[in-house]
Amino acid sequence: MGYKAKFRVWRGEGGEGRLEDFTVEVNEGEVVLDVIHRLQATQAPDLAVRWNCKAGKCGSCSMEINGKPRLGCMTRMSTFEETETITVTPMRTFPVIKDLVTDVSFNYQKAREIPSFTPPKDVKPGEYRMQQIDVERSQEFRKCIECFMCNNVCHVIRDHDENKPAFAGPRFLMRIAELDMHPYDVADRKDSAQNEHGLGYCNITKCCTEVCPEHIKITDNALIPMKERVVDRKYDPLVWLGNKIFKRSGG
Amino acid sequence: MTQTTAENPARKQRAQIKVRTLRTDRWWLAPALTFTGLMAFLVYGFWAIFDQSYLAGQYIAPFASPCLATSCPEGARLFGLAPFGDWYTLPPGLLILGLPGGFRLTCYYYRKSYYRSFWLSPPACSVAEPHGKYTGETRLPLIIQNIHRYFFYFAAIIGLILTYDAVLAFRDKDGNWGHVGLGTIILVVNAILILAYTFGCHSCRHITAGRLNHFSKHPIRYKAWTFVSKLNAKHQQFAWASMFSVMIADLYVRLVAKGIINFPFA
Repeated sequence: MGYKAKFRVWRGEGGEGRLEDFTVEVNEGEVVLDVIHRLQATQAPDLAVRWNCKAGKCGSCSMEINGKPRLGCMTRMSTFEETETITVTPMRTFPVIKDLVTDVSFNYQKAREIPSFTPPKDVKPGEYRMQQIDVERSQEFRKCIECFMCNNVCHVIRDHDENKPAFAGPRFLMRIAELDMHPYDVADRKDSAQNEHGLGYCNITKCCTEVCPEHIKITDNALIPMKERVVDRKYDPLVWLGNKIFKRSGG
Repeated sequence: MTQTTAENPARKQRAQIKVRTLRTDRWWLAPALTFTGLMAFLVYGFWAIFDQSYLAGQYIAPFASPCLATSCPEGARLFGLAPFGDWYTLPPGLLILGLPGGFRLTCYYYRKSYYRSFWLSPPACSVAEPHGKYTGETRLPLIIQNIHRYFFYFAAIIGLILTYDAVLAFRDKDGNWGHVGLGTIILVVNAILILAYTFGCHSCRHITAGRLNHFSKHPIRYKAWTFVSKLNAKHQQFAWASMFSVMIADLYVRLVAKGIINFPFA
């Protein structure tokens, strides 16, 4: 059974804009992105929205629905009351290009700052031998669809734009953890995680985990283990002493 | 109309939405409940430190164990030891409560809970925090949170002592084994929850095998990590359950010691 829903959609360019009210038809089984498309087709042909797969796998249609970061294509209209006004805004942490479309190039810049997978020099491709239990931690992080909602919701940069140069955000701190846990990665990532990518800014309030559409345990399985690895390297005198003795006897 | 080219500086601006949040759910409820729960724990702990009724026959109140001063009654001392002599006149609870207290204060779960509920940083996801500046745990004092694993070592010892106390609670007032009272059950449940919380800690998870990259080369440590990971997945639940269980167990023993509870199966 269809009904008329009340929508408030942020419209504007370059940050300047306002919430516009619409009344739009909703049919059974639809998601928010379907309704946004109906708005485009019937009332606001110039409404900009980024989308692609409509299956929660491409990470394109990240937006904020009633203030919460969500994928438009995975947010069912049946989760709202029919009388409810649904507010749709662009992601708050990134600059707006137009309407619901944001410029997420901050994330691509941060991705480029992380050194890629670095295998040992004496191991050639094809010679890697790993058991499943050695790689399954990293495999969880490979489920990331790069919707960037974790970086969007993280208050370190959401509420403090000035922290952007120093903080890579949960998505890329998770990438560092993924590489650091890899059995064949030999790059030193612990110091750089803390000093260059801002792991210390994270105060583990777990919003990244809450919004992840792939249900990756970003905080518990990536950020906290990485923090513990940094403690090994920088803050634990016993581990430091143990490493010194081990290296000396090994040498 | 504004051009939307890559060179246009207007692209540097976020959506100018003036309200603190557009969330319509009761986002304030979780931090409010957390604040209330943690405050209750702090107030109770403060009272318990100065209350002297911590030994009731075979039961010792968890907030006073191990009792390390000569002012402690014989039955409350761990293995009869009292390393702090007559010169120590402050409440004996002060000697040890800093260790489990520090463990909880630096715990990754509790950090989340009090950063949200006390410091509002942030109070809830996608709700703006009120602070103008944020440096997180990059500098003093919050960089000290990295000491957590040392508190874990001490908290593990305290947890084992509370387990020992729970075992001793199977004796009756005359020291004969086989007694099972309500206090015994409360102390055993408390010890289990404390152990589940303590050994499900993120630092414990890291120490068992989290720091390794080759699990397959360390099968025993991997098994330990797998077990700790299962506890760790419920760390929040164990944190709350053990916090309330330790308060309930402590209060129960004190009420028995004061004679307020004196029914036959106490």
